[in-house]
Amino acid sequence: MTTPPYVRLAVALPVVLFVWFCTLIPSVSGGEILVWETAWLPQQGIDLDFAIDGLSLLFALLITGIGAFIFLFAGEYMEGYPQRGRFTLFLVSFMLAMLGLVLSDNLVALFVFWELTTITSFLLIGYSHENAVARRSALQGLLVTGAGALAMLAGFVVLGQAAGTFSLREMLADQQSFEDHPHYTAVVVLVMLGAFTKSAQFPFHFWLPNAMAAPTPVSAYLHSATMVKAGVFLLARLTPILGGTALWMETLTAVGAVTAVYSAFVSLGKSDLKQVLAYTTVMALGVCVMFLGSPPVAGQGEPSRGVLAALAFLIAHALYKAALFMIAGTIEKATGTRDLTELGGLRRAMPVTFAAAVAASVSMAGVPPSVGFIGKELLYTVGFAPDAAAWLPWAVFLAASPVALVAMVLVTKPFFGPRPDYRKPGREGHWALWCGPAVLGAVGIYWGLSPEFPFMSLLVPAEAAVSGHSFQVEQPPWQSTGEALVLTLVTLAAAVLGFWQREAVAQALAGLRRLVPFTGDRAYDATMNGIAAVAAWQTRRLQSGVQRHYLLIVFATLGLSLAVTLWIKNVVPWPVRLAEATFLDWSLAALVAGASVVIIRSRSRLLGICALGVVGVATALIFLTFGAEDVAMTQLIVETLVTVIVAIVLLKLPDFRNEVWPSGPARLRNGIVAVTVGVSVTLVLLAVTGSPPQPDLREYFERNAVPGGHGRNIVNVILVDFRALDTLGEISVLAIAGAAVFALLLPGPRRREGVPTPGTGGAAVRAQAWHGSIMNTMILRETTRRLVPLILVFSVFLLLRGHDQPGGGFVGGLVASIAFSLYAFVCGPQAARGILRADPRAVGAVGLAVAIASGFVGSIRAGVPFLTGQWGTVGGLSIGTPVLFDVGVYLVVIGVVLTFVLGIKEQ
Amino acid sequence: MEPIVAVMVGVLMAATVYLMLSRNFVRFIFGLALLSHAANLVIFASGGMTRARPPLIAPGASAPLPGISNAVPQALILTAIVISFSLLTFALVLAFRTYQELETVDTDRMRAAEPSSAGAAADAEQRAVD
Repeated sequence: MTTPPYVRLAVALPVVLFVWFCTLIPSVSGGEILVWETAWLPQQGIDLDFAIDGLSLLFALLITGIGAFIFLFAGEYMEGYPQRGRFTLFLVSFMLAMLGLVLSDNLVALFVFWELTTITSFLLIGYSHENAVARRSALQGLLVTGAGALAMLAGFVVLGQAAGTFSLREMLADQQSFEDHPHYTAVVVLVMLGAFTKSAQFPFHFWLPNAMAAPTPVSAYLHSATMVKAGVFLLARLTPILGGTALWMETLTAVGAVTAVYSAFVSLGKSDLKQVLAYTTVMALGVCVMFLGSPPVAGQGEPSRGVLAALAFLIAHALYKAALFMIAGTIEKATGTRDLTELGGLRRAMPVTFAAAVAASVSMAGVPPSVGFIGKELLYTVGFAPDAAAWLPWAVFLAASPVALVAMVLVTKPFFGPRPDYRKPGREGHWALWCGPAVLGAVGIYWGLSPEFPFMSLLVPAEAAVSGHSFQVEQPPWQSTGEALVLTLVTLAAAVLGFWQREAVAQALAGLRRLVPFTGDRAYDATMNGIAAVAAWQTRRLQSGVQRHYLLIVFATLGLSLAVTLWIKNVVPWPVRLAEATFLDWSLAALVAGASVVIIRSRSRLLGICALGVVGVATALIFLTFGAEDVAMTQLIVETLVTVIVAIVLLKLPDFRNEVWPSGPARLRNGIVAVTVGVSVTLVLLAVTGSPPQPDLREYFERNAVPGGHGRNIVNVILVDFRALDTLGEISVLAIAGAAVFALLLPGPRRREGVPTPGTGGAAVRAQAWHGSIMNTMILRETTRRLVPLILVFSVFLLLRGHDQPGGGFVGGLVASIAFSLYAFVCGPQAARGILRADPRAVGAVGLAVAIASGFVGSIRAGVPFLTGQWGTVGGLSIGTPVLFDVGVYLVVIGVVLTFVLGIKEQ
Repeated sequence: MEPIVAVMVGVLMAATVYLMLSRNFVRFIFGLALLSHAANLVIFASGGMTRARPPLIAPGASAPLPGISNAVPQALILTAIVISFSLLTFALVLAFRTYQELETVDTDRMRAAEPSSAGAAADAEQRAVD
């Protein structure tokens, strides 16, 4: 497998960045804050502002410094893996996102980078995506940290609103206290959820050991040295803004202590090298969180030793854990296994790796001289401080002793003892594999010998950023007290004792593990299965695949929501005032209601069609009675067309003789829903008509119809001028419906055999059948031939007078369609196409084009908005674009209706 | 008149719902036709129903005399009528073509796109297990 060259060259990026960040150390440790500002969404107060203070510089150096060795290591370690380019892309993306996270000054930008690290972590854990375990672990990490991040975002939003800014610097400069803010508790809890899930605090820790499914460079980089420390970083970052309260301190101390002690003991029971390292990582994160909860310092001149201890421990951990992970990867690569029980005797075969392992383990165990020793000394010193809880040093002791024991196992088991038969050579590998562990291990020892530089240049400035004030350090901050040294010795003694009695410790642990009723991993599984079960259950309940069940849900929801709203609002006027209802009103209402019942009960299609016609005509009469001539005309003509088309189609469908009704209970249920909807609609209408409608709109149209719209039929002026854009939308819908019907009627493949296929040969047969039909009589034919031109002339008359008198494009088009339809029924559809002289689809398309073009006239000539009416005089006749628009409507209606009628007729 | 129309529309809506919930596509189409009448009448009644003259302006006048009907709901209904006509026609053609393909108008037996309820339940179980 060939490796693209850029995979190995990628190491240049962290190296360059690391060197650049190093050049910033002098100015930042002098108290300066370097700022880069880029506007992103300034209206929302969201900007890509980056600021480098002591804390962000410490993390940036960790990310790029350790990153350089990881990139170097990965270049060799990933040899033989597929898709190296993709891996490198993910790793680089992660590094940049992580840098963005620690350098962001804006909370929202910080959240975005935070989620980018979550996503790159997901991609890297699931890198071996053909492995089901890797996929599950990737998804678990994504969901756990992603859910926490959403809570955190909510906390950020509330915090940003309380502070009036999303900028961390502005919040700090404000010196404002959020302790008394009503939402303080909510903000703290939400932000902590984000930090605890990211930094794998109990009970959310379980995703981190599972993330070991990732390739080893990823585990070393993301899941021990950098990304999982983002939660610690965030808590440190927000300490000056949110910290100092009992809630903050007690929660951090308690959660951190439980996490540290629990995971330290769990790590003892693991034999997979990476699992051991993962659980000790969780322990270290717990310790950092625990000590971030230290009480703030009283005076201005003193550094907070708790925070300093947490940061020192963090940097020590990053150094030795990255080294140990890479050593684990090197050993696995050399021997083919990373199970502690299968390893041994590698001391002579892998001398450099052994030396690096010794150096890293010394730091991990807290043995002098190492930076790990100084870190642990500081922890104990803070634990024995007068303002700390009395149990604090003992919690550290309980967490540190098992980890020291683990360090002893790590340095002895793979390297000493008898050498088993390995599947692989079991020799020292490429220099890129052991270079990183050796250098990082050496740095851990060197800084233990001369702590001046890391403390004064890195840790104290970082602590100053967390404490929120600068100070002069008078005594070396790495000095510890006598009691701390004693407890360190006790810790090591306990570890040695445990190492000597390994078997007894293992048995005791196994007994303890049986006491734990369930793990976070199981809870995660239970949650995921629960979600899937609820989804399956509701899908089974709602998605039956039966059309009437869907409709039942829709109608029941409609009826109930209307009824409940009416009940709550209590707007139905009672008693109803029934003014001036005439005999005609009652008769029409009775006709409509009676015909509806007839349709339900009819056992014949024809009776149903007739009753439908009765409803339509009675409705038209209601319109006519109450001054809506245009509507009544249109309704009557549409009703005629509907009745004819419905009759043609329905008579081709089976009759009601073998009809299957829903079962009795289902019919009762349907009836109840139907009555609920009906009653609700009645009540809504009573409520609506109980008060007179708002007259503003109506009066505007009445006042402006003649001066603005040059028309005397207000309805038509609204349609073609004031609200022409609506009408354009509606005729477009018409055209689309016409296209859909045309597509449905195209002769397509028939899935079932035995159904007559209308094909080319069918036309002649149909024509023959046509000549034998009763419609084809001489009198009817001759009458139609003379009537059709008259009807067409009348339709044009309706169209042209529509702007001033009842009429217009809609009704004119419908009348013309009736003429052509009549001709099609009497003389056959082919003959109707003949007198139309054009495809009905083309007529519709031309109509739509005319309507749209009329709208552009004003835009082009006068620069007015689309569809603004333009009027002029041509030969003494007042002509306007709305009339042209109405011609378009007329043509669309003819085109679409004839597509329907001729299409159906030809089937 | 409005209370009478309100009750009448209620009857229309109830008939619509009952017809659409039947298993027969033909009755469903009857329901669809009634639904558009009901909707148009709701719009009409909401605009106020008065025994008035049509909303026309006499020649020479620049504004209508008082006592004309409300033009706004009329304009809305006019387009709604034509739209619902095209929807109804589309449904009819769909019913016709469906009958040609499946030889049934019983909506419970139109299962080409949706699995049967037994199959759906089994699928859901399978997904839950996965």
